[in-house]
Amino acid sequence: MISAALYLAWRYVARHRLQTLLLAGALALVIALPLCLRVLVQTTELAMRHRAVSTPQLIGARGSALDLMLTALYFKRQPLPPITMMHLQGLRESGLGKAIPLDVRFHAQESPIIGTEIDYFGFRGLHLATGQMITRLGDCVLGARVAQRRGLKPGDALFSSQEQVFDIAGVYPLKMRIRGILAANGTPDDDAIFVDLKTVWLIQGLAHGHDDVVATKDAVLKTESGNTVANASVRMFNEVTEANLNGFHFHGDQSGYEISAIIVVPKDAKAEALLAGRYLKSTSPVQLIRPSEEFDALMNTLFQVQTLALAVMALTLGAALAIAALVFALSFRLRRREFATLGDVGVSPFALTLTKLFEVVIVGAGGVIIAASLTLLVQINAPSWVRWLLA
Amino acid sequence: MISITDLSFAYPGSSFRLRVESLTVAAGQSLALLGPSGVGKTTLLRLMTGLLQPHTGEVKLGAVSLSRLNETDRRAFRLSDVGLVFQDFALLDYLTVEENILLPQRFRKEHSNAVTLQAVRGLAERLEIDKHWGKLAGQLSQGERQRVAIARALAHRPRFLFTDEPTASLDAVRREVVMDLLQDYIHENQACLIMVTHDTELISRFPIHAKVEDYTS
Repeated sequence: MISAALYLAWRYVARHRLQTLLLAGALALVIALPLCLRVLVQTTELAMRHRAVSTPQLIGARGSALDLMLTALYFKRQPLPPITMMHLQGLRESGLGKAIPLDVRFHAQESPIIGTEIDYFGFRGLHLATGQMITRLGDCVLGARVAQRRGLKPGDALFSSQEQVFDIAGVYPLKMRIRGILAANGTPDDDAIFVDLKTVWLIQGLAHGHDDVVATKDAVLKTESGNTVANASVRMFNEVTEANLNGFHFHGDQSGYEISAIIVVPKDAKAEALLAGRYLKSTSPVQLIRPSEEFDALMNTLFQVQTLALAVMALTLGAALAIAALVFALSFRLRRREFATLGDVGVSPFALTLTKLFEVVIVGAGGVIIAASLTLLVQINAPSWVRWLLA
Repeated sequence: MISITDLSFAYPGSSFRLRVESLTVAAGQSLALLGPSGVGKTTLLRLMTGLLQPHTGEVKLGAVSLSRLNETDRRAFRLSDVGLVFQDFALLDYLTVEENILLPQRFRKEHSNAVTLQAVRGLAERLEIDKHWGKLAGQLSQGERQRVAIARALAHRPRFLFTDEPTASLDAVRREVVMDLLQDYIHENQACLIMVTHDTELISRFPIHAKVEDYTS
């Protein structure tokens, strides 16, 4: 009797497969949504936490600690107020730990240009997959995904983007020489372009290179107390080459040059505490944050939002189940004559109830299977999707 | 044998009354229930199969008194011993011809029995529905559906066969085929056949007739 009831239920469901699929699909969506959300949040947390935890301290301009963390660690496009090289020098002179400067203000084809020093690569465990490291002004190395996405290789060139399109007096894009490609490590570094700090200042316009003004006498307008003023015929270089490298020069005091943040690796726990105390004053123009603490705060907020979203989804699931129950009730009502016929033939009420129950179970099981498949699909792809979301 | 004794029935709130003092159909015999539309033929048929309960009296199918069985036992009895052909055929459109015919056997776990399958195949050939074996019931014509309903009623070799206008949708040739089949069946199996019909041409095939209007008021 059970097999007959199951068979009858299966045949009905199979015959009305479109309606069944729609109902099972609707159920699957409301079941899978909260599960997928959890998977994505957990994967995101996992991907982001490692980077936050592996960065002991971070110094940046006073303001939003969250913005500082997101910009310096994940290279998100936040308008971060700059700090100056003076802070880096002060930190190094204190001898409390290693300081790695970061500049995250410029971009090339939507990818962030990260101005830093060679220590950054060791600190993040970055290795070259091909090519060489930065050797001079104007060189860059690419994160694995940037290179893959744009089909770039060592020896190719890449232009920095103009940050302000309508600033006609602004600096021209710099043509950078690609020296190497980093091995992929599944972090925001894969999506970044790394240059020396001086190259960032070149992009910013604090340094420049041009024709020898003294040699091209026709271009000189006047010479006053050692300063030469030239006309517009003097060519400005937008690319650093071996031939013009020596023509590039910096203006002004470099201790006033801007950077976005400083990664600090204290030499010991005492140094860590001293550094934390040093930047506590609210009058200080810079702040020191512990990324792991900021990350926990961010996750707590996300967790609250997630809990709210899950509560809404639970309500949606309840509503969907109620609608599904209504659909079944209406379907059984419309098929009253069919069930009456089966009863007339001699099928017992228990077998008829089983038949209805099996139909519900088949649709429910279909929904659960689709939901499980969706969740599995999300789980398998979550790391790459999260990387794409964070890029 | 089918016997009815002192049976009375009325629908609640209706002036319709049905009363049968005595009616007997012996094994191997057939009875035609005649009468105009709405006179109560189908009601009497349903009372005789236990689908309706009489107010008084008794319906016996063989040695079994239907009024002494509870609903579950009456259903079990119908599943094993009664063949029914409904006026509207009552086929399940999402099942194939084969599945519809074998439906009662499926609930008795006899649907995959080789002997049963062979017998049902033979039945389908005789009713000329074998070529539609794998088709869904919803894809059949009225005449084909009626023949499938007849095959389903006979497939489990019931001792009691109740048919409500089983030839209404058939042409003259097929009507004769069906009638021959039904009468051969009751003779071979010593079964009883009760048939509700309007068709006066079929009356000569029945040794016993009952005019239902004689039982109603």
